[in-house]
Amino acid sequence: MADGPQLNIDIVAKRFAVLPVPLMVDLHLEVAAASVVALVGPSGVGKSTLLRMIAGIDTDFAGTIVIDGVPAATAPPAGFVFQDARLLPWLTAEANIRAVREATTPAEARDLLGRVGLAGYENAYPHELSGGMQRRVALARAFSVNPRLLLLDEPFVSLDRHLVTEVQQVFLDLVRDTSATVVLVTHLPEDAARLADRAILLTGQPARIIADIVLPGLRGTRGAAEISRLIDEIALPSSETAL
Amino acid sequence: MPWELISPILLLVVWQALAMLFPGRLFPTPIAVAQQIWTATVSGKLLADMAKTLTRAGIAFAISMGIGIAIGIVLGRIRLADRLFSTWVIIGLNLPAIVIAIVLYIWLGLTEVALILAVIVNKVPLVIATIREGVRSFSRDYDELARAYRMPLGRRLRLIFVPQLTPYVLAAARTGLSLIWKIVLVFEVLGSDGGVGFRISEFFQFFDIKGILAYTTAFILVVLVFEYGIMRPLERSAVKWRTDRS
Repeated sequence: MADGPQLNIDIVAKRFAVLPVPLMVDLHLEVAAASVVALVGPSGVGKSTLLRMIAGIDTDFAGTIVIDGVPAATAPPAGFVFQDARLLPWLTAEANIRAVREATTPAEARDLLGRVGLAGYENAYPHELSGGMQRRVALARAFSVNPRLLLLDEPFVSLDRHLVTEVQQVFLDLVRDTSATVVLVTHLPEDAARLADRAILLTGQPARIIADIVLPGLRGTRGAAEISRLIDEIALPSSETAL
Repeated sequence: MPWELISPILLLVVWQALAMLFPGRLFPTPIAVAQQIWTATVSGKLLADMAKTLTRAGIAFAISMGIGIAIGIVLGRIRLADRLFSTWVIIGLNLPAIVIAIVLYIWLGLTEVALILAVIVNKVPLVIATIREGVRSFSRDYDELARAYRMPLGRRLRLIFVPQLTPYVLAAARTGLSLIWKIVLVFEVLGSDGGVGFRISEFFQFFDIKGILAYTTAFILVVLVFEYGIMRPLERSAVKWRTDRS
């Protein structure tokens, strides 16, 4: 499969009517093809909003987001993992995976479930799965669209620690196979360091990039300390507003 | 024995006990009523009247569900439309059924169209209100999911829209049916050339309680068959995914 796309993010302004100040002003970012970039910052800074803008879900902003020369809103679908698993409760695990792409065959869906450690759970409904299992189905669903671009919004939050390692390993294996470009939102420096090639630190209102750190690559450990130190140094303010 | 089966048997026992307290002419026993049902069935009268009433109810139900669902979806999705027409819905919900029937009978005469139209006008606001609430309660999260994955419209409708709407459609169908059963009979009493309500009004003129109870019981039996044979299986199938197998 070809390498994932390059992203060019040029945001002039992103506002919410309920906020007295814009969420983002003059935010510019380039993401190289087939790289894994982590957006790190406190809650409310606009990481998830930025991810939704890249996915073409949120188009109400001034500026452009271009994915390999195509505006984000009309680009092919990215594999998107939301903060919650967001499975359709009336569909089985297999049907949830097939729901987002008609061409996915039952065998492909089952194969993906197997890869995330859920072989045999094809016919389980979401309420019959634990939170971690639901998250893994969501991950499998994201990969079912053969994504060249993967967008993940705190995909490992609220998982048990041992499960995090397991799911992250699954994620890393899948990412390596696809050569997709990945944008990962996280508030955990260690996740960024473990999974990403590059960490972008966002803070403030309006949000601004305060650090752009090249990490040693997948599974690095040095990056975590570096990001943690930076976060401590600038004492990121935490916003109450979840966006 | 399931409780659903014990319930009607208990009702029959209570009926029999009450019937023994009053003169048979005023309060016939279940057996006397059953005999009357049999006689009316054999003569063909009961089935003909039942068919007429059920046809009217069926047509009115189908049309009012169709119109009510369509308008309910529009009002639930488009705020401007809701603000424009929500007062109409409130008026429709509170208009006395008898007034609608009388006005339509005056305008259109004692016709089949007037009767069915009266039932539809009574029921549509109820369906609209239920469906509108359902559409308002739709999860925006699933809309986001569909947009993120660029799901085509047909797929969104089938996999996201319809499953969320189905419980509300079933609720509207159930409350609507119970309303239709009642008002069809009232409107048949008011003006029609046949049907269960028409026949009951004839019995009323002769103070024939046994005839009234026979037709009423037969009608209730049909309603119960509909409830247990169609509505409940439909509901079970619609919420099958909620059944805990663990």
